[in-house]
Amino acid sequence: MSSVPMEYYLILSAFMFIVGVTGVLIRRNAIVVFMCIELMLNSANLSLVTFSSYLGNPIGQIFVFFVMTVAAAEAAVGLAIIIAIFRNKLTVNIDEINIFKW
Amino acid sequence: MKIDLILFFLLAGIAVVTSILVITRRNAIISAVFLVLNFFALAGLYLLLNAQFISVVQIIVYAGAIMVLFLFVLMLLRTDNESPILSDKRPLKYFAILISVFVFVQIAYLLFAGKPSRNITPDEAASINSGTIQAIGKELYTNYIIPFEVAGFLLLAATIGALVLAKKKFE
Repeated sequence: MSSVPMEYYLILSAFMFIVGVTGVLIRRNAIVVFMCIELMLNSANLSLVTFSSYLGNPIGQIFVFFVMTVAAAEAAVGLAIIIAIFRNKLTVNIDEINIFKW
Repeated sequence: MKIDLILFFLLAGIAVVTSILVITRRNAIISAVFLVLNFFALAGLYLLLNAQFISVVQIIVYAGAIMVLFLFVLMLLRTDNESPILSDKRPLKYFAILISVFVFVQIAYLLFAGKPSRNITPDEAASINSGTIQAIGKELYTNYIIPFEVAGFLLLAATIGALVLAKKKFE
């Protein structure tokens, strides 16, 4: 650990976050958009674990634990919403799901 | 070159390549499989950072539970392949990529110019002790007991919410 500079991990975390943001912006499949959100949550976890490890303090890792809990809850409810939408509209393309637009 | 530097570059390379493949593959199932690979690379990086407990939880919860949920939903829903990412007539997509690259350059510049590690002296022993299940369990069940209970309640609420949302309506 000590021979890898901390900035390397933070750059990797920033890169994964940006890839996730780009995916949310350019993909049209709602499930892939959800996967990109998971990618962003994971990149935030990576920087939390990095700081926790370099500071020698376990509290950052406890925060990661809670982020994982929220990610699991979000995935369950979000996928249920996608299934409910698919049942009504027969599509998960977010360009065609526009009932709230006018 | 130290072994941990080599391992870092190997795992970081896997993480970077798989995360790009997740957003560029047209088939959603292939995206999901590359996301699993990305989670495994991250679990390796957590091990490199002495965070053993988080590394194991990453594999069990993310690569195990959450991705199985995603793959189940992908199998239930009939989804067509998307058109190739950059071939359709959407100039806004190029704009989105441009903004992303710009924000990444900004963050990278801040990290290299600001050097957040400047004031941190890594303590290998403290780092190893902080990642064990004993240290995390002790904090979780003493100082963080109320957030822990709330997290359990959140999972219960999410389970009930998912059931209600996905239930077939009888009319």
